[in-house]
Amino acid sequence: MDADLKKSDKYGWVFLIAGLIGALIVGWIIFPALLYSKKEQPIHFSHAKHGPDSDAGMSCEDCHFFYEDGSFSGIPKIAKCIECHEDAELPLSDSEEEEKLFTDYIVPNKEIPWLVYSRQPECVYFPHMAHVKMADIECNVCHGEMAKQDSMPVYKVNRLTGYSIDIWGRNIAGLKKNTWDRMKMNDCAECHTEHNKENNNACFVCHK
Amino acid sequence: MKKDNNNRGARYGMVIDLDKCTGCGACVAACASENNVPVMHDESDKTRSINWLQIYKITNGKEFPDIEIAYIPRPCMQCDNPPCVPVCPATATKRDPNTGIISQIYTRCIGCRYCMAACPYHARSFNWFDPPFPKGTERSLTTEVSPRMRGVVEKCTFCHHRLMSAKQRAYAEGRRELREDEYIPACAEACPVNAITFGDLNNPKHKISQLIKSKNAFRLLEKLGTEPKVYYLSSKEWVRRMADNYLQGEFESRN
Repeated sequence: MDADLKKSDKYGWVFLIAGLIGALIVGWIIFPALLYSKKEQPIHFSHAKHGPDSDAGMSCEDCHFFYEDGSFSGIPKIAKCIECHEDAELPLSDSEEEEKLFTDYIVPNKEIPWLVYSRQPECVYFPHMAHVKMADIECNVCHGEMAKQDSMPVYKVNRLTGYSIDIWGRNIAGLKKNTWDRMKMNDCAECHTEHNKENNNACFVCHK
Repeated sequence: MKKDNNNRGARYGMVIDLDKCTGCGACVAACASENNVPVMHDESDKTRSINWLQIYKITNGKEFPDIEIAYIPRPCMQCDNPPCVPVCPATATKRDPNTGIISQIYTRCIGCRYCMAACPYHARSFNWFDPPFPKGTERSLTTEVSPRMRGVVEKCTFCHHRLMSAKQRAYAEGRRELREDEYIPACAEACPVNAITFGDLNNPKHKISQLIKSKNAFRLLEKLGTEPKVYYLSSKEWVRRMADNYLQGEFESRN
């Protein structure tokens, strides 16, 4: 009897560790993988091939511009693409993606159903004008080095909330190294506080 | 509290001239369509319907030909000392120090309805159902106003989204200050007799800060100390008395 007890005492930690590791794998790898569904963008758009350092040499504001009333255009419509990609017979490159752009969207004059990484919930009001023009904040502070990106990252959407993973942050632990790693309410508040704009942490400044 | 209220930022307020108000209800309709207030399945059930702005009709209780009536449009009073704010267990409603407007964050509201019990003006409504927007009508929703879900409280926000849009436009023009006419709520814009004046009570240049000095100016249930920012004007004494829940003989017996 005593010997049996000793034996189970001796090996109890094995089960503890095995269970712990199992639970950690479920919690940190399996559950997050199940929670987010992956989607590809309809077209592989390369910011690097359009941006300031490319042959096209466009600035962010050329496509992501402000309207006269101060509202932000967001992701450009197909009409903006057509301004350069005018003729299907005369493509600007030999890439398959440009061919796809012509056949699927420009010729039938259809909008591209882009998946928006930074789409905020309905209750959030974010004026780009106040941040970009009045506070002189560069695009990359919130959006990261988009201009240098050659391919679009995989769009991951939370199956429960329907929000993009870029709101929570790609790091599932919620850790943040750069200002653009997360887009949660606390990240907005953190920046407001850092820049002595505590008044802008009032609820109705960002909520609607 | 009072010091804090008066020294920081704007204090948006409203003056409603009851001598001009005909009770037509244009403000109510404009308010509902501007703020995505839905038409409920059964609008005859007044305990379940949603009203950000309501019109009350009062009479002096006399027989013809002495009878007089008045209409009192009642938005949220945006009190400087709001009874709804301290009772909220979820911090879903706050007084915005920049504007004096009482915010209501629907995603934060837990639907306990303490604020509705606390509000002496019945300015708050509870969503007993998810809002019905029949197919096609969702196209007329205001994009700047988030629709509410079942189980939360909502109320008038002085069309806060219009302030944000006005600010955005001002920024685009390189201004930080708003002009007086740039931000007015939908009700004030819709009023056919211009009974509603809107502006910043802290700004002496705004028309509203002159109007509230009138001897005809009063607020609803003033003696509760809620310090509403919605003022009314009436040249009739019986209207002014009724607005303060005046009971005959009340003040005389106190002395």
